[in-house]
Amino acid sequence: MSAATAGRRTVRITHVGVELALHQLRDGDGRALLCLHGLGERTPDAVPRHLAAWPGPVWGLDFTGHGASSSPAGGGYTAEILMADADHALAHLGEATVVGRGLGAYIALLIAGARPRSVAGAILTDGPGIAGGGPSPHSPVSLRPPAEIDGGATPDPFALIELARDVRPGDYATTFVRQAVQFSGLEVPVAVAAVVHPPWLAAVVDAQGVVAEGLPEALGRYAAAVRTTPG
Amino acid sequence: MLAVASLVDTAPPPAPTRSQVGAPSYPGARRPDRHRVVDSDGVRLAVWEWGDESAPPVLFAHGGFDFAGTFDTLAPRVADAGYRVVSWDHRGHGDSSKGHLYSWEADLRDALAVLGSTGARSLPVVGHSKGGALMLQLADAQPHRVSHLVNLDGLPSARSWPDVPDHHRTRMLDGELASWLDHRRGAIDKVRRPGTIEELAERRARMNPRLELEWLRYLVPIGAFEQPDGWRWKIDPAMRMGGFGPWRPEWSMARLPALGMPVLCVLGLELEHMGWGTRPEDVYPKLPAGGRFVPLDGVGHFVHIEKPAVIADLILDLLA
Repeated sequence: MSAATAGRRTVRITHVGVELALHQLRDGDGRALLCLHGLGERTPDAVPRHLAAWPGPVWGLDFTGHGASSSPAGGGYTAEILMADADHALAHLGEATVVGRGLGAYIALLIAGARPRSVAGAILTDGPGIAGGGPSPHSPVSLRPPAEIDGGATPDPFALIELARDVRPGDYATTFVRQAVQFSGLEVPVAVAAVVHPPWLAAVVDAQGVVAEGLPEALGRYAAAVRTTPG
Repeated sequence: MLAVASLVDTAPPPAPTRSQVGAPSYPGARRPDRHRVVDSDGVRLAVWEWGDESAPPVLFAHGGFDFAGTFDTLAPRVADAGYRVVSWDHRGHGDSSKGHLYSWEADLRDALAVLGSTGARSLPVVGHSKGGALMLQLADAQPHRVSHLVNLDGLPSARSWPDVPDHHRTRMLDGELASWLDHRRGAIDKVRRPGTIEELAERRARMNPRLELEWLRYLVPIGAFEQPDGWRWKIDPAMRMGGFGPWRPEWSMARLPALGMPVLCVLGLELEHMGWGTRPEDVYPKLPAGGRFVPLDGVGHFVHIEKPAVIADLILDLLA
């Protein structure tokens, strides 16, 4: 174990045959901050400086096929499966504020809408895989990664090709905003700190219940957030 | 840093082929002549073949929650006309291994692995329901691999979406999302409910109400396996019907006008729970140039099981 990861504690969670690695980057009291990495990335070894202001414990999840989580055989990745990865992390943490980079920002939005009573705010930031495959389907001539599969190494090449082209319609994304608004007990359950807005995020940023603000403001907002009784 | 998670291989013995003792019987049905396995990037696919091994191959794709054995009445008719019918159990279905993950694109890649295993560069494809929509995308994405396309009641249209007000939809979706995630949390320990052959047939009849019980009983020893406490369907308990996602049914039909190979679309006009609710007026404007469309009155979603002779003749006519 390197000095950088010396303080990091890892919890293993099984998600239907895949071993997920959930890392505790910092202990503390109060609500956890759950960090979701971008496409092809992994959880950092320590709390990134830009998240250090979070008052409570900080955790990071390696998605299926990424970092220290396992890679399944034969691909089949969808954003919804990664959302279920995040749900497994929530099952361990109870409640969390979720901050996501790129692909992880999209997943943060999905889980905020799907588990509105467990997610106290989703912060969407820039990062790899933020656009996905755009808002409409395509006709993929290439269905397999070009390289030979390197047995079990992460990131899984199937994750890279499949999650780089999963379709993300704007009205699908805003459905999850609506769920979060109605059931989270937060007036503003989604904060967009990303400066690049692919079509799904452009739709989200215009929706009711979403604020565009810097990362420090968003962290401050959810550190102080108190829920009203959810609808 | 971690090895590929290994699939626990507790697979029961595969369904019997034609020559094996214990092969079930049903009027007009014939078990495949051969069974083999194709590896699709670590997922073991059970492949089934009817007809002469040296005859020109035709690829058959079954529907969701089905398996290749559901072609036991259609495939022999096509094989006997001089073809080698090749089908496979989709990942998580029948005798194929469970996938850790399931997606449309993974199924498409599996289809291509089976297609490649026939040795043909390009061949006719036939698909029912989900398999039909899958073959439609294969023909669109890989036109150089598909010589003819037959789609059997596998044309999703926008019509199948219930029209509900937004506020009601939000409440409904809240339950759907939570229930899907709860299922994922518990799916690791799930097993299918055991029963007698009769009970499994009756359970299947709820999803396939127009099919004869005798046919559904025939399917049990093929699609299910026996343990001391009874029979269980082989389909992966981690899978479940319905679900949600960004996919719109009309995206599938939007691929139809682009196709350049000979195309035959068959629609059963009796509406069924397992079907898409697509009407002829949804299909006609999307037919590619020269495409043939056959709506069948008084026939349900499982057109090939209700009318195997009619469907076989239509397929052979397209291939002639």
